[in-house]
Amino acid sequence: MQLLIFSILLPFLTAALIPLIRRRIGNFNIGWLVLFIPVLLFGFFASQIPMVSSRETLLSSIEWIPSLGINFTAYLDGLSLIMALLITGVGSLVVLYSIYYLSPTDSFPHFYAYLLLFMGAMLGVVLSDNLMVLYVFWELTSMSSFLLIAFWYHRKNSRYGAQKSLLITVFGGFAMFAGFLMLYAMTGTLSIQETAAVMGQLTEHALFYPAMFLILLGAFTKSAQFPFHIWLPDAMEAPTPVSAYLHSATMVKAGMYLVARFTPIFGGTSAWFWTITIVGLITLFWGAFCAIRQTDLKALLAYSTISQLGLIMSLLGMGSAALRYGNTEAGALYGLAIFAALFHLVNHSTFKGALFMVVGIIDHQVGTRDIRRLGGLMALLPVTFTFAVIGSFSMAGLPLLNGFLSKEMFFTASLNAASMPGLFSTSWGWLIPVIAWLASVLTFIYAMIIVFRTFLGNRDSKAVEKRPVEPPIGMLISPAILSILIVGLFFAPNLLGDHLLKPALEQLLPGISGASPDSIYAWHGVNTELLMTIGIVLIGSVLFITFDRWKGIFKIQPAGWTFNALYNYALASSENAASFVTRSYMTGRLHQYFFYILLFFIVSTGGTLLLSDALSISFVQDAPVSIYELMLVLVMIITAISILFTRSRLSAILMNGVLGYSISIFFVLFRAPDLALTQLVIETVTTALFLLCFNYLPEWKREPLPKRKKARNAVLAIAGGLVITLTGLSVNSADLFETISSYFQNSYELAGGQNIVNSILGDFRALDTMLEGLVLFIAGIGVYTLIRLKLKKEAGTDGD
Amino acid sequence: MESLIIILVGVLSTVAFYLLLSRNIVRVILGTAILSHAAHLMILAMGGLKIGSAPLLGEEAETYVDALPQALILTAIVISFAVTAFILVLAYRAYQELGTDDLEEMRGTDNE
Repeated sequence: MQLLIFSILLPFLTAALIPLIRRRIGNFNIGWLVLFIPVLLFGFFASQIPMVSSRETLLSSIEWIPSLGINFTAYLDGLSLIMALLITGVGSLVVLYSIYYLSPTDSFPHFYAYLLLFMGAMLGVVLSDNLMVLYVFWELTSMSSFLLIAFWYHRKNSRYGAQKSLLITVFGGFAMFAGFLMLYAMTGTLSIQETAAVMGQLTEHALFYPAMFLILLGAFTKSAQFPFHIWLPDAMEAPTPVSAYLHSATMVKAGMYLVARFTPIFGGTSAWFWTITIVGLITLFWGAFCAIRQTDLKALLAYSTISQLGLIMSLLGMGSAALRYGNTEAGALYGLAIFAALFHLVNHSTFKGALFMVVGIIDHQVGTRDIRRLGGLMALLPVTFTFAVIGSFSMAGLPLLNGFLSKEMFFTASLNAASMPGLFSTSWGWLIPVIAWLASVLTFIYAMIIVFRTFLGNRDSKAVEKRPVEPPIGMLISPAILSILIVGLFFAPNLLGDHLLKPALEQLLPGISGASPDSIYAWHGVNTELLMTIGIVLIGSVLFITFDRWKGIFKIQPAGWTFNALYNYALASSENAASFVTRSYMTGRLHQYFFYILLFFIVSTGGTLLLSDALSISFVQDAPVSIYELMLVLVMIITAISILFTRSRLSAILMNGVLGYSISIFFVLFRAPDLALTQLVIETVTTALFLLCFNYLPEWKREPLPKRKKARNAVLAIAGGLVITLTGLSVNSADLFETISSYFQNSYELAGGQNIVNSILGDFRALDTMLEGLVLFIAGIGVYTLIRLKLKKEAGTDGD
Repeated sequence: MESLIIILVGVLSTVAFYLLLSRNIVRVILGTAILSHAAHLMILAMGGLKIGSAPLLGEEAETYVDALPQALILTAIVISFAVTAFILVLAYRAYQELGTDDLEEMRGTDNE
């Protein structure tokens, strides 16, 4: 069905249309027009749910570069559908929200064009089955993210954040590209599905682990995993709808998608299991730890996003072990982690999207996002407050909200991973649930900070003079829908689970039955998971209340010992190194440049000549030499060499003339009358021109060069001449190709000309001749301008 | 004959390279002029020499020499003339503005 491919292209087409219609319909209407696109696409993808829930997939392919095996193949399965629904669903809400969020002075056409570009690219990433196509879309998401972060490009921080995110994600994308090429080298196919089918036999291949780590590097940079997380907080310089959409709900999930998509390929190895689990857990903890100390609400949400992404990542890592155990009880227990990952992926998009929109409203209505200046907004913004409570409490994992369900599942998965006997358990396994629990306590604390520090307490009327009011209704619709989803998913999780999560899981872990729970329950009785949650609430509350007493812990990390400092240092030093290298050879000295060119020519051409064994000299094919030709050659050689030694520039010019006229004699001897005539005319004019210019140029001085340099130049020049001679002689003694010139001997029939040379110039290659005329014309303009320029300047000085 | 011409080309190129490596702008221009002479001879030699008559169908000869290199050279002669003329005027203007024909002394300090 080509509709699937069209669904990827539709946002691109609309984005291209926006500049054309912007003048007609005005800023406000562009948003409404754009809104139509994601809603339409959401409807399309929603209509595919029955197909996917009956365990079918959709494949649609058109040829792109068939000779390289690159086809535009779109593939829709459970995982792709979940992502596509998130992209278009959250996309619709964000577009609606942004119509009211942007100020009239912002450029709406640019904003929506970038946003649509991103939407199309993101759909391309999650729907492509071809690795190369996926890579192209992957980089396009980085590009559009760059454009959106730098949307307010007059701000220095925006530009810094945009550059940082681009450098880090493109670095990862490049690594991923290399990984894809290695995969291709191993399997000979670019299709992900086909790769997964043959990969089981290739775990011993030398490229298996390099490919795995390179692809993981792409996923980790995109999903802001430790230590590449540093770009995400700086990306918060983007307008808030962008942060909600790209840097929370969708683009950063591309890394998750990639890991999930490649789980059938690499999963089941311990390297995959441990790398992803450990990186995920570190990110989970570090993100939550950093989030607590933020004073900017958006920065807090950024670190919390990092932390939640780490959570999903670690779940994907734990779940990959299912592929090692196959269809056993252990396989099913591990597989639950992937189910939890997919579930939390959806839940995170709902509550984090709602929270970002809440922060956007606060910023928009109050004028600040600084927690220290906020407080007591509950009475003034009751609706916004409700959304904030729902989003935060869901993030903290409290009951009656969807975050509770996936958080409980996360604890189950981490306990499973720790207690499981066998290949992947080590004596350190108990650390997994401990870190998970500690990070969740921190999560609870920052969720409370959002609610209590912003909405409760006393309003600081000195810090914020404007008395905030609820925003226009249009800004409230989107967070309202997300809040309803957060509550709704708690009460009806199986609607999502049965129709999307289970099919996706079964396609990712084929042949492992029982990995997904029969249905998702809120109440499992009193078990370890519930006790962990109760512990989080109790300890978290105590720590939140006593926050001021222990926040000195953040001073343990010495100032300057951050990954940001490392990034800045690396960037600055690589810029310095690059300019040092450039300065070392871009000296502005023509003779040095020519020195490099000549050296390169000698080494490359001469080297090839020697190494490829092409050197051969034979005089068999040569035409006979008569005595006067030999004399002419000798005259030319002597003339040429004496140019080097003459002190007078006049004699040098005349000797050059001798060379030119001798060549025209050769042209006569070699049966080239046209050339001889042209050469005579041109040589005469050139010599005259030289003499004319010399009237204005100074006498020659001796070259002020040290002897050593002169010797070096001489050696180089002789070597260059030698390479040319040897190459020429070798070419002359071999006869590798049929001549194509016999074709032109039909010039009378084909072009109506008796003179073959003229026919070539005037007919066969007439376009070349026309361009040659153009070159002459440009040179003429150049000469004319150079002379006129002087007159103007003189006129100017005269006027003074 | 071809080999002889190729050796001549080698000598001309050596001279041209040496001139191009020097600091005096007129010597550099002379170098480019000589290098194009060398290139023209090289192209002609590659097509084979003195076999057949001039490429004019009116001659009604059995064979004609290769016309294609001649067409290429004709274009090249004209273009090298244009380039030589342009750099000559450039050198003349540079000398007028800067008072030197030494490339080393012409180096500006801008953009470095």
